[in-house]
Amino acid sequence: MTSTISLDNVSMVFGSGIDAVKALESIDLDVQPGEFVSLIGPSGCGKSTMLRVIGDLISPSAGTPQVNGKSPHQARLDRDYGMVFQSATLLDWRTVLENVALPLEIMGIDRPERDAVGRKMLELVQLDGFASHYPWQLSGGMQQRVSIARALSFQPSILLMDEPFGALDEMTRERMQMELLRIWEETETTVLFVTHSIAEAVFLSTRVIVMSPRPGRIVDRIDVDLPQPRGFDTREHQRFFELITRVREALRAIEDEPA
Amino acid sequence: MNHRTRSILSFLGIVASLAVVWEAYKWMGQTTGGTWPSTSVRLPVRTNNRSMPHLWDIAQSLFQPARRGGEDILLVILLRAGWFTFRSAVGGFVVGSAFGFGLGILFVRSSVAERGLMPYVVASQTVPVIALAPILVIWGGKLGLPQAVQVAVIAAYLAFFPVAINTLRGLRSPAATATELLRSYAASPSQQLWKLQVPAALPYLFPALKIAATASIIGAIVGELPAGLSRGLGRAILGFASSFSSAPEKLFASVAVSALVGILFVGLVALVERSVVPATRRVTVDAERPLA
Ligand SMILES: Nc1ncnc2c1ncn2[C@@H]1O[C@H](COP(=O)(O)OP(=O)(O)OP(=O)(O)O)[C@@H](O)[C@H]1O
Ligand SMILES: [Mg+2]
Repeated sequence: MTSTISLDNVSMVFGSGIDAVKALESIDLDVQPGEFVSLIGPSGCGKSTMLRVIGDLISPSAGTPQVNGKSPHQARLDRDYGMVFQSATLLDWRTVLENVALPLEIMGIDRPERDAVGRKMLELVQLDGFASHYPWQLSGGMQQRVSIARALSFQPSILLMDEPFGALDEMTRERMQMELLRIWEETETTVLFVTHSIAEAVFLSTRVIVMSPRPGRIVDRIDVDLPQPRGFDTREHQRFFELITRVREALRAIEDEPA
Repeated sequence: MNHRTRSILSFLGIVASLAVVWEAYKWMGQTTGGTWPSTSVRLPVRTNNRSMPHLWDIAQSLFQPARRGGEDILLVILLRAGWFTFRSAVGGFVVGSAFGFGLGILFVRSSVAERGLMPYVVASQTVPVIALAPILVIWGGKLGLPQAVQVAVIAAYLAFFPVAINTLRGLRSPAATATELLRSYAASPSQQLWKLQVPAALPYLFPALKIAATASIIGAIVGELPAGLSRGLGRAILGFASSFSSAPEKLFASVAVSALVGILFVGLVALVERSVVPATRRVTVDAERPLA
């Protein structure tokens, strides 16, 4: 079976000479179909850069990334992934519904169908009452939910999510986590998820990748062997706390390293 | 009081204060004998009835026959001339704006075109229209273009520039993440253009269209002279300028009507803007507009 995402010795250097920044160095990563992989690490360790390489928004300086056995470029043309950015990035002249349906519009799907799908997606993120609102009429957290609905609207086989829940309050965040897990189970999507929250990474993932900065490297890979499906009792599980401690120690080891 | 009545009232207020300043300055000059009060420093503009007619004399002249024994009052003559000029200006505005918009799209698509052509686009605006108009008229005449079309071409020549510059700026305004978003959906270049760049450019486009509207009026007025058109404002202004010493208020009246035509044109553009660009997006062009 081909990996959904495979990075083979991928490096990314920004700039050159004395200003060169090694955002990624010799990254090897294999993500199997249906996995939920979280990337965690200090700010500037190259998490977003890794997502952008996989999403064909930038080309790596070295190494071979593959997505569904294809080049990231081909995978992008095949619309294999939906992206959720750190900022919601809604188009402010479009209503919420039109924003959610934007990918479908670009794919040439006709209006009644994309409106129907868009409304279903808005229900999913509990914004069904806001279809004809404009982005500026929504709070930051609501805008981010719209952007998640937009990424899901065309049912991509891979979700690349860059701190999607960073702007949400704790309650909404937990609800969105449950929704995301439900969607992930139902649609058999593969998720690559960037977060700064250890608990979130452990709760959601099947695997947690810990990265260190300058140069951006993978320093630890932790399998999360919590029972599926995850739910409210997961957070009370003894193993949950053990894994959190495990990830925290991996992160602390990075900080203790001499810079 | 709603926004609209407030803006109308403030406009009328400004007009009224300008009128008061005009008459007060004139009165001061008449009282002091043409100097600043208690000095011997001369006023920059003379205040006699020739240099600065009373506003009521200007207004009155509008309702008197333009020529001794003529049938039509000055206002009718000027409005007719204004309408004539306005039509060529609109023609030039439409053609020039469309050309400027197309140029903006060309430049955003091809940096080679931008680097190669932009210097000429900028240089074109440093040639005074007074010098250029006769040349365009001669060429237009050779090509057999009607005079009104020649005038429209001159108006278009002035109108296209602000539109091209601001279109380019607006097309470049989307945040990098928005461009990446469309890229991640494998949007084609033309989808990028029409679904992201053009909508994002609209708030930048309309201020340019307002400038283009006034520029096209100026272009039409100036263009009428070498084109030999006698029915527009250009000829009227020139005629009243030559009889300035005997009837200065007619020149001022024709200037006022020209300004009125320009204001109405800009108002028309603003009306369209109102229905195309929602108020929340009508931000000042100089402010960076963060994406939601
Ligand atoms: N386009 C770019 N040009 C130059 N340097 C860049 C660029 N993008 C990222 N970098 C650098 O690469 C490094 C990794 O950046 P990246 O955005 O991937 O970090 P991150 O792990 O996502 O951080 P955060 O958690 O703060 O979002 C940083 O040092 C950053 O300065
Ligand atoms: Mg980041």
